[in-house]
Amino acid sequence: MLDHILSILIFFPALAAMFGFIIHKDSIRAYGVVVATIEFALSLWLWFAFDSNVSGMQFMEQLPLVPAFGINYILGVDGVSLFIIILAAFFTMIGIASLTDTKDVKNMIITLLFLQMTMAGVFVALDAIVFYIFWELSLVPMLYIIGAWGGPLRIYASVKFFLYTFAGSLVMLVGMLFMAYFYYQATGAWSFAILDWYRLILPESFQLWLFVAFFIGFAIKVPMFPFHTWLPYAHGQAPTIGSVILAAILLKMGTYAFIRFSLPMFPDASVFFMFPIAILAIIMIIYTAMVAYAQEDVKQVVAYSSVSHMGVIILGTFALNVEGISGSIFLMIAHGVVSGALFLLVGVIYDRRHTKMMNEFGGLASVMPRYATIFGLMMMASVGMPLTINFVGEFLSLLGFYQQSHILTLLAGTAIIVGAIYMLAAYKKMFFGVVTKEENKNLSDVNSRELIALVPLAIITVWLGIYPKPILEPINKSVESIVQLMHDKSTTQEAKSRIPNLIKGVEITRTSSEEAH
Amino acid sequence: MLAPVNVSLESLNLMTLSPMLIPIIGALLILVIDVIKSGLDKTLYVVLSLLFLFMDFSSLIESAGIFTQDGTIMGVFDVMLIDGLAILSQFIIVGASMLFIPLALTHKRFHEFSYPEFFALFLFMIAGFQFMVATDNLILVFVGLETSSLALYTLIAMHNRDKSFEAAVKYFTMGALAAGFYSFGAMVFYALTGSVELNQIATVLAANQYVDIGYVLVGVVFMLASFGFKLSIVPFHTWAPDVYEGASASMAGFMSIVPKIAAFVVAMRIFEFLIHSGVVWLEVILYIFVVITMTAANIWALVQTDVKRMLAYSSISHAGFVMAAILIGTTQANSALFLYWILFSFTNLGSFSMLWISRQKHLPDHQRSDHSYDKFAGMIKTAPIAGTIMALFMLSLAGIPPFALFWGKLYLISSAVTGGYTVLAIIMALNSAIAGYYYLKLIVYIFMKEPVVGNDGHIYASNATMSLKYIIGFAAIGTIFAFLAINPLLEFITSFVYNSGY
Repeated sequence: MLDHILSILIFFPALAAMFGFIIHKDSIRAYGVVVATIEFALSLWLWFAFDSNVSGMQFMEQLPLVPAFGINYILGVDGVSLFIIILAAFFTMIGIASLTDTKDVKNMIITLLFLQMTMAGVFVALDAIVFYIFWELSLVPMLYIIGAWGGPLRIYASVKFFLYTFAGSLVMLVGMLFMAYFYYQATGAWSFAILDWYRLILPESFQLWLFVAFFIGFAIKVPMFPFHTWLPYAHGQAPTIGSVILAAILLKMGTYAFIRFSLPMFPDASVFFMFPIAILAIIMIIYTAMVAYAQEDVKQVVAYSSVSHMGVIILGTFALNVEGISGSIFLMIAHGVVSGALFLLVGVIYDRRHTKMMNEFGGLASVMPRYATIFGLMMMASVGMPLTINFVGEFLSLLGFYQQSHILTLLAGTAIIVGAIYMLAAYKKMFFGVVTKEENKNLSDVNSRELIALVPLAIITVWLGIYPKPILEPINKSVESIVQLMHDKSTTQEAKSRIPNLIKGVEITRTSSEEAH
Repeated sequence: MLAPVNVSLESLNLMTLSPMLIPIIGALLILVIDVIKSGLDKTLYVVLSLLFLFMDFSSLIESAGIFTQDGTIMGVFDVMLIDGLAILSQFIIVGASMLFIPLALTHKRFHEFSYPEFFALFLFMIAGFQFMVATDNLILVFVGLETSSLALYTLIAMHNRDKSFEAAVKYFTMGALAAGFYSFGAMVFYALTGSVELNQIATVLAANQYVDIGYVLVGVVFMLASFGFKLSIVPFHTWAPDVYEGASASMAGFMSIVPKIAAFVVAMRIFEFLIHSGVVWLEVILYIFVVITMTAANIWALVQTDVKRMLAYSSISHAGFVMAAILIGTTQANSALFLYWILFSFTNLGSFSMLWISRQKHLPDHQRSDHSYDKFAGMIKTAPIAGTIMALFMLSLAGIPPFALFWGKLYLISSAVTGGYTVLAIIMALNSAIAGYYYLKLIVYIFMKEPVVGNDGHIYASNATMSLKYIIGFAAIGTIFAFLAINPLLEFITSFVYNSGY
């Protein structure tokens, strides 16, 4: 069974969703929770069976799909993807468990289970076309979730979300076809396997074009400035569960794909575009942080702060060294936990007041003390307070980029201060002072169903903030091999010097030759 | 001068005619039955047609077997040309017709199906298309083209509504013009080379190194215009949306697939050697046509308020997309054309059948046309299964993986990449993104809008019978599980196309 655990992880939720149509709508929530828990347990089992000392792919599966055209169903997991898979299963589980009363709850849960299938698929696929299939398929359930359960502008928001991402990924598809064609030219056989593509060393000019094609697909998904305009709409209109999954998992597909595709396949282009992308990332960090400060809707504050932190992840990724990339992967997990929790928390207050405007609240700390505590913790984590999960990721990402550029890192660091300002301001508006509005006086504190979702997230936030080693170590191992691959593959002098060589022996000769020079 | 002609019967290879003769015999038989005893039920004729199409199909399988062994066969004074293209396209023609003809078994009674002539004409039309693709003789192409077109005009008119007459006359007028263009183009080529056979024309033109390039271009222009009409290439497309709207939904679905593949194969035979012999002008013109057809049809489709008209424009856009394969002209591109069209026929026939089973005889007040978008509002609530299947076909048409049409798009765009048409590949990808919007619009109506008051979901299947549901189920399963069939299909198609020298 362990041999096919990845396939099981992908198709178990889909199969369960198909059977879900039979289940009566009163019992569907229990069914959803059971299925998602089994899925989560399977993902934990994967972690348990995962060998942290191996840097390469594990649990590989391979089946021919269209062998005549080099398309195979190849799956595998390494330290980069392992924890995102667990995170996805975890969020589906607590998302379903904490689902408040929704209309058509049966459709919602079945949709979530299908979404879980596509999320698992994206992160374990090792064939570009299989990756693309799940990548595109993930749009459909999300379209439905936003479009059917969203706010007043839900149709506009969902269609914008779909078309934006769809257009970007079609450009990426052309890039993939080019990559396969270059592989065909080099070897005489078609292949869409990512591991095969890793072995291909392309001239820099080709790398640049392909990098751009992939970049458009990924950057829209992340979403990077200036492609981020769909996200505030999607978050603004989506129901709580939609925002949670979107922020926690779906956005990570973009950043994950950068590490899986762009960096190892185009090391020279990555170095070439490092500073332009870093500048975009810093604009993204600072600009969206400022925009977040100007928002009056607490969900938009969280949405923009989520975009802002995605900028730090991009920055860490394009540090192109072990610290930066490991940090960015860790930050993906951290960002998933924290922003997912924040969206859940916004959902809690929205369910009670049916408004998200911050000036409608005030003094909530005295009415809802437990809510205020958890919100406070998550907010602190979001601004990157030491001993919380975000701090580890942000610190490592910035540390990584500090080796490439001091000034840009300094600029990015200021964003953490801006982040503290808007988050604390929002917190002050909502929780401190006296209760001014009559409606707020009798709000009930978080109930047990909400606690089921929030308490584990709070525990993870603190636990991984204090002791990140169990996660960081497997990540580090896989990242080292990626960085080494990039160093070996890079052709330009610039790239060789920017991407560190991890094999020590060679390091010495290089430094000595530089000294001689 | 005239010497007596001695031809042995074996050298005629009369077997090459058998796939075309079977539907002709079937059509005659239907007419004879009607003469002997009239007033028989349509089910008889449907099943008879189906039987003859099955026989046709199995004789095609036999020709395919012969082709894999012996390669291309010529027959009947070298007029018939049974190569891989001919066999593949006949498979599509007959296969799609087999899916189409049971659509006559509707719940409601429609005028056209009460006439046995409908089915006789239908089979004559199939034979016409088969002749068209199985020859490289320009005259036989013309005969096949006209046989099938005249039959098709009548079939459209038999739907017996004002709009159908309008559609039939419009189609007939345009078709007559196209036929004129075609014969003029063929005449120019005959005048230049003294032959009506395409391989002879190609040889003669190559031998004198295209000295008469001016006349060649004149001939090409006429041919392009003629096939532009048949394939509804912009700017020759203007008849298409009106004709699709006027024809019954099932007929419109049929028209979007079968006549076009026949025209594609002839276009491939004519334009391929011209492009490869370096008629740059033709390449440029085709490039422009392809891009404009894809893009303009997509943009028109965005603003339609009727689903059937939207699908009509989308078919135009798909035709432009596939026309790119003829422009690229590599073996991979030509294989992609067939792969795309097989997958497209599944999906498109499915989506038009969905419209067909929801056909109302009388429109309620709030509905302006037969298949307006708001008719499908909230379909997921009132008819969940039909709504899901409809959405599935739309997702497939939009090219969302892993549904059928995605694989066609993938392979076609890849052939553009491989053929060196980078810009074209990107244009094709972006057009797929534009097309996403109008398919999505229907999905939005189905899943996210509230149903119109008084709509209890009954109308979506008001015209359905068991056999129609089977057809749709078949198309839906084909659309979902296409990924399992891609590899054998691809290998089969590629070997056939490659061995025909394209």
